[in-house]
Amino acid sequence: MKKKTADKYILEMENVSKTFPGVKALNNIYFNLKKGEVHSLVGENGAGKSTLLKILAGAYKKDAGTIKLDGTKVEMTEPKQALDMGISVIYQEFNLIPNLSIAENIFMGRAPRKNSAFIDFPKLYKESELFLKKIGMKKSAKTLVSELSVAEQQMVEIAKSLSFSAKIIVMDEPTSALTESEKETLFKIIRELKEKKVSIIFISHIIEEVLEISDRITVLRDGNYVDTVNAKDTNPRKIVQMMVGRELKDFYPKKEAKRGKIVLEVKNLTKKSKYENINFQLHEGEVLGFAGLVGAGRAEVMRGIFGIEAPDSGEIYIKGNKVKVNSLFETIKMKMGFVPEDRRAEGLILSRSVKDNINITKLPHINSHGLVKQKDEQRIANEYCKRLKIRTPDSKQIVQNLSGGNQQKIVIAKWLAINPKILILDDPTRGIDVGAKNEIYSLINNLAKEKIGIILISSELPEIINISDRILVMREGKITGEFLRKDATQEKIMRLAALRN
Amino acid sequence: MDFKDVLKSTEFGIFVAFLALCAILSFATPNFLSIYNISTVMKQVSFIAIMSVGMTMVILTAGIDLSVGAVLGLVNVLAALFINKFGLAPGIGTALLCGAFLGFVNGIIIVKWDLPPFIVTLGMMNIARGLALVITKGWPITGIPECFGCLAEGRLIGIPVPVIIMIIIYILGYLFLSRTIWGRYIYASGGNEKATWLSGVNVNKIKILVYTITGFLSGLAGIMLASRLSQGSPITGTGYELSVIGAVVIGGTDLMGGKGSVLGSLIGALIMGVLDNGLVLLGVSAFWQQVILGVVIIVAVAGGSMRRKLFMKGEK
Repeated sequence: MKKKTADKYILEMENVSKTFPGVKALNNIYFNLKKGEVHSLVGENGAGKSTLLKILAGAYKKDAGTIKLDGTKVEMTEPKQALDMGISVIYQEFNLIPNLSIAENIFMGRAPRKNSAFIDFPKLYKESELFLKKIGMKKSAKTLVSELSVAEQQMVEIAKSLSFSAKIIVMDEPTSALTESEKETLFKIIRELKEKKVSIIFISHIIEEVLEISDRITVLRDGNYVDTVNAKDTNPRKIVQMMVGRELKDFYPKKEAKRGKIVLEVKNLTKKSKYENINFQLHEGEVLGFAGLVGAGRAEVMRGIFGIEAPDSGEIYIKGNKVKVNSLFETIKMKMGFVPEDRRAEGLILSRSVKDNINITKLPHINSHGLVKQKDEQRIANEYCKRLKIRTPDSKQIVQNLSGGNQQKIVIAKWLAINPKILILDDPTRGIDVGAKNEIYSLINNLAKEKIGIILISSELPEIINISDRILVMREGKITGEFLRKDATQEKIMRLAALRN
Repeated sequence: MDFKDVLKSTEFGIFVAFLALCAILSFATPNFLSIYNISTVMKQVSFIAIMSVGMTMVILTAGIDLSVGAVLGLVNVLAALFINKFGLAPGIGTALLCGAFLGFVNGIIIVKWDLPPFIVTLGMMNIARGLALVITKGWPITGIPECFGCLAEGRLIGIPVPVIIMIIIYILGYLFLSRTIWGRYIYASGGNEKATWLSGVNVNKIKILVYTITGFLSGLAGIMLASRLSQGSPITGTGYELSVIGAVVIGGTDLMGGKGSVLGSLIGALIMGVLDNGLVLLGVSAFWQQVILGVVIIVAVAGGSMRRKLFMKGEK
């Protein structure tokens, strides 16, 4: 770090730390930015990129460290303040109002006035056109945002940033929704902004484009600062190595289950612009990991298989029997369970009790003429609370009051109640503490021992490598590779997940 | 369920309010506690209360049914018509089926076209009321056989028949919600529709079911009113939807779905009925009665929400 030449940096962040309850999200991070530079921030999911970004944008308050703008120390306490200081963030989800025009969006809340009460539309359009011209956008400023493509909306966001006379523009995964040619246009705009001495912080999962557009690259890992390198002195392999090079902790239980017959076979599953030609087999007692970056299409494939969002084409066989595609009632009947990524929105009825949640899949089997056999209901709830070590005062407890780990166990319990043959787990350890994670790993092992075929989606590479017997890697909707556990390394997987070759 | 749970329950809170109201009224007016008055109040309440059982189920699924009053009106007319044509029992049976069918149509449209229940049942409210007017050309249908009147005016062991019907419906409704799998599904889909569906529950069927039940019970209330007034009038039940929703909401059922019970709705209906009666006995003008009723609805719901917050604080 060349801390002494401070004056040439427009932004310096030093020793920035941030702790959330139970998690050290950022630990002494360094980041600086020169005038007219593109500086990329890379790291795995959860490395701390978005936390850092939100601190810079004034959305989070840092716990420690200093931020200097143009050499003067600043304290950012709210988003508006960051904006006033010339820092503009373009998030993945745009902040545009679809049924208003481009011009109205650019000058939202600060449109030029006439007689202090009325918006001066001629002036509004004229000034907006100026900013649009700056970035080479040919649309009229009167066009409604709803009529624009994603790429064009992004350009409106950039024009909006310029209208705030932003000196620093942060772009959070700006290319994730763009086509190749739209991406080229974006890069052209970024280069022009550079020439106008605007500094850009660029965040992306795709290493090639990071190398293409950046001057420098800073790598974060698990909330720690790894290194800052010049883009021209490095290569994709080195970056990936820096991203994943963590030491492995010994908290993955050993697995002894043997693989049996095929329980699930997926043939040519395709859904336009989500995934294509997905083929794989899952065996009894096997843990099949799906690795990939967020947005690679893993979750979508699983939702297609389970019957939540219909694929366009392809076939699914459970134990050799063809399954009607897009009917989750059917797949559940054939003993498939699905633990969704967002357990609060899709996995649990938060306002109901532990007992009700566990038994929801089981009710068709524990009633006579529609009357619930309440003893069975209680017995099943007690059984799974004990077996999965669900920590709750009693089974009448409302699920909302339990911790994330215990909630996740309830979602798993409700599927175990149907004696599943196949269990799909979409990021089951997301947002739960280390102890509960370890318990869920042991549980997965035990279930495999009971001959359940398990599909595990996870964004944490060490988790996938240590828990799965076999790993499929997905990138941009396609399966790009397959490893047995003994052959899998984080570098190999990351290369297939992030690199286009 | 131990005693502490009972004290904490929403129903208990409303019940205390109800008792307080009764106590005040019995001091303020000598006639309130007379057997005759109580029996009159109960009879009046029974129509709203019966519909509230269905409405509770609908609101538990986070829906709403604005068509109950109009369905009541249409079935009221049809009952008079059918009884005159087909005889007593077949007439009542067909009219009941019509009520259920109207509710079923509500449910099917809500589910199949994925439309907001508010809009669909608002439409049904106009359709049913309009049909009732079309069928009768705006005039009441009379000439119903004498014996039909005993349905509403008769007594069994000294209790008015409508009150007995109401009690039966409440027992059935309570058992349905608390003991059957469909009851479990109703609470679940109101609590989190998506998670319930993803657990393999056919949420659409559950929704159709609750609207059908509500249609059926509105029809039942319509038939009872036809019996009481010895005629089928196309304007019967106008505005009842608001009383029914009021009763359910005062009873502590959450408009967002998933929380509530028929027991609460019964007390809610009783509060509204007793208040109505008490104000008449006190000689309060009919115009002011409306104002007071409105205030009570808001205060009851606000009180319930404050109680909930208070208890939540205590637990955390």
